[in-house]
Amino acid sequence: MTPAEPGVRAGEEVAAAAWAHVEVSRHPDRPYALDLIQRCLDDFIELHGDRQGGDDGAMVIGLARLEGQRLAVVANQKGRTLEERGRRNFGMAHPEGYRKAQRLFTLAGRLKLPVVSFIDTPGAYPGVAAEERGQAWAIAQTLEAQLALPTPYLAVVIGEGGSGGALATLLADSVMVLEHAFLSVASPEAAAAILFRDAGQKQHAAAALRLEASNLLEWGIADEIVPEPPGGAHTDWDGTAAILRPRLVTRIKQLTDRGFDPARRRARYRQLDGLFEG
Amino acid sequence: MSISPAYIRSKSVGDGSSFVCSACKATYPAAQVAGSLYVCPGCSHHARIGAHERIRQLADKGSFQEWDEALTGTDRLGFFDTRAYTERLEEARARQQLPDALLTGSALIEGHPAGLAAFDFGFLGGSLSTAVGERLARAIEHSSAQRLPFVCVTSSGGARMQEGVFSLMQMAKSVAALHQLAEANLPFISILVDPTMGGSIASFAALGDVILAEPKAMIGFTGARVITQATYEQLPAGFQTSEFHHARGLIDRVVDRRELKADLGRLLAVLAAPTGESDRALA
Repeated sequence: MTPAEPGVRAGEEVAAAAWAHVEVSRHPDRPYALDLIQRCLDDFIELHGDRQGGDDGAMVIGLARLEGQRLAVVANQKGRTLEERGRRNFGMAHPEGYRKAQRLFTLAGRLKLPVVSFIDTPGAYPGVAAEERGQAWAIAQTLEAQLALPTPYLAVVIGEGGSGGALATLLADSVMVLEHAFLSVASPEAAAAILFRDAGQKQHAAAALRLEASNLLEWGIADEIVPEPPGGAHTDWDGTAAILRPRLVTRIKQLTDRGFDPARRRARYRQLDGLFEG
Repeated sequence: MSISPAYIRSKSVGDGSSFVCSACKATYPAAQVAGSLYVCPGCSHHARIGAHERIRQLADKGSFQEWDEALTGTDRLGFFDTRAYTERLEEARARQQLPDALLTGSALIEGHPAGLAAFDFGFLGGSLSTAVGERLARAIEHSSAQRLPFVCVTSSGGARMQEGVFSLMQMAKSVAALHQLAEANLPFISILVDPTMGGSIASFAALGDVILAEPKAMIGFTGARVITQATYEQLPAGFQTSEFHHARGLIDRVVDRRELKADLGRLLAVLAAPTGESDRALA
């Protein structure tokens, strides 16, 4: 893909290519978190609830094994049918979802389980009830919980990585990104509304934000880009899982083998961007 | 320290000797409004003020010593929307007399030493650039190293779109820095002023050991306009104000700007380094 030229408006072809990347990541047939968890992990057991009064269907937590390694799992979950889309709220969590994730991080720390997260969310839910119950506070506390987690932690961006809602389960020791997935400060539509005052400029916003997964590797935000089967993950779920599973095994082994220290994770996010003058 | 003109929403009129409140539209002599810390003498509306003015109001006279005064970031994405980001930055620097949207340093507040940071909403909406994130993280680290409580006054629209995912990662950076302050058992007092939105309230600003807010500040993750567009929901009265969050247990105290310094002084007197016998037993 031709990158956007710095400091000028991207050409139409570059903008169209950036937008195509976003569309693949949102393809309705793309494997969602539970589709990949069922194909990549062994013995997944779902747990429910934040233990504070809610069980958010947009956030899934549970326990699993992978080639004998015990794991704690947290994932954004989108729905495929009309009923499930409602129950999963299109993968957009309320505060209860982020508190459910915090519960999983606490549980993993106490039981010394490595954590694997699967990220696929347009972002945190932008609604009145979410605000009333402290959406921003819930996300902030989840960021804190991730950076305090005393066990190894691997994040996998499998589709959309939208904004603070994605960050709530991204701050891992190692970050993998599927070839057609993306991570963004805001959805291209929202960015276009802010920058151009026109959501119709979403293609140009996508190009300007340089959303392609490969950039995340170059910038040190991701450690590995996971290739997808020819045509994209939506054409072949089993094939996607077959590529992902051995890479999960390798990464988790690396993290658990290397004399694990959560202070290294905090240093990673403290020092992520090192280019300053003065 | 040089004091630049305050960035205020309420506009001065005529020769600048009078001031019109943006809320009640009443006109007052500019000197009177400056004396009431840019709170309207009539309706108590809190006008937005810049970082320099904020520090002038909170730091004891002559005590503020700026940290990392030359630290700036770079245009990592080569960002262009309707204009080049570099142009927007240069313009904001000249207008606000700041290198970026956050001013940090050490100060005395009612005689108590503290690390003090203030956002400048007039600088690209007080948004989280890499430079802002770095200034904030370093201020937290300087506070840890010097055993100072850390006070941050946030007025920020959230992420800086023009820095893309680098802006997003400042949320992580600030929280990582705060972890160190907590490990050093030093307090973080977060003060939310109009407006504090998006990535700023969803990271460091919500993690104060004590959270204060000025009256009627707009605070929230998603802005009201976006919520209405996305969900068609009716917004309840007083939605996303300081008082709204205070009633829901998310903010400790709503404090009038004219009492803010005294309130901070009382908090710092309690939270500053332990001196009594019972405190030593726990130290």
